Amino acid sequence: MEAVDIVLWPVALDFKLEDLRSRGPGEIAVAFINGSVRSSEHEMWVKILREKSQLVVAFGACAHLGGIPGLANCTTRAEIFQNKYVRSATVENSKGVLPQLETWVDSYCLELPETWNTVHSLNQVIDVDYYLPGCAPPPDSIAKAVQAILSGNLPPKGSVIAPDKSLCETCPRNETKPETFTIDSFRRLATSTPDPEKCFLVDGFVCLGPATRGGCGERCIRGNMPCRGCFGPPPDVLDQGAKFLASLGSISSGKTVEEVRSFADSLADPMGTLYRFSLPSSLLQRRAGGKEVSR
Amino acid sequence: MTQRITINPITRLEGHGKIEIFLDESGDVERAFFQVPELRGFETFCLGRPAEEMARITPRICGVCPTAHHMASVKALDDLWQVDPPPAAKKLRELAYNSFMFEDHLLHFYYLGGPDFVVGPTAPKEKRNILGVIDKVGTDVALKLIHMRKEVRRMLEAMMGKVIHPVFGLPGGVSKGMTEAERTDYREIAENAVQFAQFTLKVFDSVVLQEKQYVDLIIGEAYQHKTYYMGLVDRQNRVSFYDGDVRVVRPDGKESARFSPRDYHAHIAEHVEPWSYITFPYLKSIGWSGFVDGPSSGIYRVAPLARLNASAGMATPLAQLEHDRMYETLGGKPAHNTLAFHWARLVETLQAAERMQELLSDTEITGRDIRVCPTKTPTEGVGIVEAPRGTLIHHYWTDAKGMLTRVNLIVATNHNAAPIAMSVERAAKALIKGGQVNDGLLNMIEMAFRAYDPCHACATHALPGQMPLRANIYDSAARLLLTLEKDLPGVL
Repeated sequence: MEAVDIVLWPVALDFKLEDLRSRGPGEIAVAFINGSVRSSEHEMWVKILREKSQLVVAFGACAHLGGIPGLANCTTRAEIFQNKYVRSATVENSKGVLPQLETWVDSYCLELPETWNTVHSLNQVIDVDYYLPGCAPPPDSIAKAVQAILSGNLPPKGSVIAPDKSLCETCPRNETKPETFTIDSFRRLATSTPDPEKCFLVDGFVCLGPATRGGCGERCIRGNMPCRGCFGPPPDVLDQGAKFLASLGSISSGKTVEEVRSFADSLADPMGTLYRFSLPSSLLQRRAGGKEVSR
Repeated sequence: MTQRITINPITRLEGHGKIEIFLDESGDVERAFFQVPELRGFETFCLGRPAEEMARITPRICGVCPTAHHMASVKALDDLWQVDPPPAAKKLRELAYNSFMFEDHLLHFYYLGGPDFVVGPTAPKEKRNILGVIDKVGTDVALKLIHMRKEVRRMLEAMMGKVIHPVFGLPGGVSKGMTEAERTDYREIAENAVQFAQFTLKVFDSVVLQEKQYVDLIIGEAYQHKTYYMGLVDRQNRVSFYDGDVRVVRPDGKESARFSPRDYHAHIAEHVEPWSYITFPYLKSIGWSGFVDGPSSGIYRVAPLARLNASAGMATPLAQLEHDRMYETLGGKPAHNTLAFHWARLVETLQAAERMQELLSDTEITGRDIRVCPTKTPTEGVGIVEAPRGTLIHHYWTDAKGMLTRVNLIVATNHNAAPIAMSVERAAKALIKGGQVNDGLLNMIEMAFRAYDPCHACATHALPGQMPLRANIYDSAARLLLTLEKDLPGVL
């Protein structure tokens, strides 16, 4: 295949939903879908794209893992609505008006899609052929994926299109990371500045490198900031947060229960840090008590 | 019977939206609504997180202006911990910010909003895009644009870690400094940026301002609203993107308010409608009186034209000349012409480029002291920057350990939500008559929101090196309109 036609790209091209609907099943060679799925409208779009496309690529961390918006699975839709539309410091809404699925304005009926209680990764809603990880996916890996598709030289279905290595293996600071090391507590970036050359973990900062797949070009690290895990877990790891937690035992210098507890307490916000990009696709998926509420 | 027209999705913007138009029996527009169909809840799911992580979390609000969120967040963190960054850190942030503004505005002109003018508002939909623009302005201009954006983004990646979702901002400074060799390298980029901004203003002049039909469109009634205007200004009330106080002017141009970021909530309130997930901000002192313009309605506008209207002028000399020329043509300041946002955006592009040049000619920017580490106990902080699309407010409250207990965000498109709804309805009423509807007319209704630049998209960012494919663009009759060859280094 030497040429492509773009049939839908809302940010850059003027094709609409009806243009997509008018296509036959499998008529589109490949759909790159970004974003997590958390509303009836998202579901409608991804299902149509699945039907019309031979290949579906989950593009970026949100589609791949649920992404940062997936942290909403720590809360509920009701809390989100209350904070946004009622309790906000600037909202004036004494009647407690909330967005409705159907609103009559004079004689006109306006509809809104339903926001679900739970954020989903793309493969929890439709069948996904490939995953292009990262937030955002680096341009060279997009180019590689496009090349692979154009040449038909595709990896097995379900592959994550990125190296099968952990980030630490390609990290420019890997040489400063000894085989074994210990720290007594984690430092916060708010009140400490990382050394520009040292392994962040050895320097006492949470860095998700050991629990993250490589291939991102280590861009955050070159910006002197630790990894937050946007490429998702390395191959054969199911749960990124659990993988990182498992490695903590070996780096704590604590010898007493108190010391170990103080080490554990120094890790601020484990949920939001270790599952920054992957909560919906993790073993946890969401805070308990939310599942029985719709989707 | 009422006929209903739905435009879904609206296109050439970042994010989602749809337009519902209702026609009466004679086929004229009775009402039109602009709806935003989603909400993600950052204000809620960020609670309990360490505040300093907000600079890395909130850029994900938008794949297109992550740098604006990063910077508003970092400034809120400075305020939260009561730290004043050293001069080099401030300059690095301001340089990154102006460079981002420069390339983001260019993206909008050439990729998102520009096609309506350069290719034509009623051109076939297959042509109304960047590829149509390349067709019209020539491949050499396209190559220049791609090269320019690539160079700016190379600099931004080195400075900020990542161009999309930067990481370098920390409370009290930045994580990484600039070397003298880098500064020398980047100075050429800034020089080229000034030239390219001037060149783009010339393109606008020849493609838009020399065409009577476009000028008529810009000054026509279909695209006008007399509202309040808001923007950040420096001490001399000049347009400022990174820092300053917020100034609001009345529809007649007189100052209505001028306040420091911390006081924003005394001046801005948000209205909720059940038919959209977006809230509708208005001026508290004037009040909400529905979707109407004029001095007795609290609706105000933000983003390029609003910023220029709310200022005494530009902060750099070449941009000031363009500012004067624009208002002369539009018949005075403030100007209420929604489509003139495109013009004001290019005037701002020039200011951003000139500011890049100024900052890079300052050796202080390579200073090694790039951070003051916080030592005070945090409670509350507000950060405001001007995003390409308008005033962006981040407000955090924390416990004594700096863990978030409350968050309020008012993002740029938020401020313009009511004006966009009004602009879409006015355009629909002016353009659809007697049930005559076609793709070109519907696109002209979309132009009413596009002028506000509701953000940009990751998807349009440059791929390094060679574009590995050829894109053929066909019209509806399957005739080949344009081929992008494989050797075009590029963007798609």
